[in-house]
Amino acid sequence: MTITLNGDPHELERPLTVSALLAQLEIDARRVAVELNLAVVKKVAYDSSMVKDGDEVEIVNFVGGG
Amino acid sequence: MSDLVIAGRTLRSRLIVGTGKYPSHAIMKACHEASGTEMVTVAVRRVDISRKTESLLDYIDTSAIFLLPNTAACYTAADAIRTAHLGREAGMSNWVKLEVIGDEQTLYPDNEGLLEATRVLVKDGFVVLPYTSDDPVMCRKLADAGAAAVMPLGAPIGSGLGIQNPNNIRIIREQATVPVIVDAGVGTASDAAIAMELGADGVLMNTAIAGATDPVAMARAMKLAVEAGRLAYLAGRIPRKSYATASSPLQGIVGS
Repeated sequence: MTITLNGDPHELERPLTVSALLAQLEIDARRVAVELNLAVVKKVAYDSSMVKDGDEVEIVNFVGGG
Repeated sequence: MSDLVIAGRTLRSRLIVGTGKYPSHAIMKACHEASGTEMVTVAVRRVDISRKTESLLDYIDTSAIFLLPNTAACYTAADAIRTAHLGREAGMSNWVKLEVIGDEQTLYPDNEGLLEATRVLVKDGFVVLPYTSDDPVMCRKLADAGAAAVMPLGAPIGSGLGIQNPNNIRIIREQATVPVIVDAGVGTASDAAIAMELGADGVLMNTAIAGATDPVAMARAMKLAVEAGRLAYLAGRIPRKSYATASSPLQGIVGS
């Protein structure tokens, strides 16, 4: 299945939770925010929110800025 | 000297510093320490999936320094609102430095979009600090909409031109019911001192420190300038006059 991850197509074997996706990408969940189909996913919901075929996922973090 | 209080949060330093464009993360950290700042701005951007990069947060002592996420590079209220919500989830605080940009060359704010986004985010429970034009009427509208502070620009972002309209900054301070933070345009220490002497409650800067030849030394200069400017404002400067007034007594002059 294919999702759109940060604007680019990304292949996944099967649907998985936001927590599992972050783990697979080796991203520290504490330091990012995740949007699933334009809705912000609360950190407490990472284990219960499923990423499915065709979903649009944005993963953001803090970078230097003014 | 009294502390700066914004939305109930007390800051001992009136200098807010950015985290962008430093030669390295280590130099940024040293600058933050030298500046004495207790609040730094950060931008919200996509994680680079393909490449592991150092985390900015490894170089910010978040036990001493509060993170203020911005909505830089947002050109619509909708994008700024979306970015603010992501910043809240990433940082776990409800504060936002709100930017809605209206022009690529000047990076001047789109004040209509800014006011709209301020209203929405205040309703959503955010502490909103809008980056705005140096316009007293706009600042009043933003405060009326619930902004926790107003952040008029001194000059275009990154320009280093200094305070271009000192009279407006003075009027904004006189009229504002919320703290006034001069945001953007500072080039060197005297610019920061002037902003504070005009009555600003604080100054926010990034490029003036990050782009200096010796950023850490400039960070310290800015700390001193903000303190000096604040002290001078509180001390009350003398009126300007066109002609001289002698400082030494006119009586007892030898030979008279």
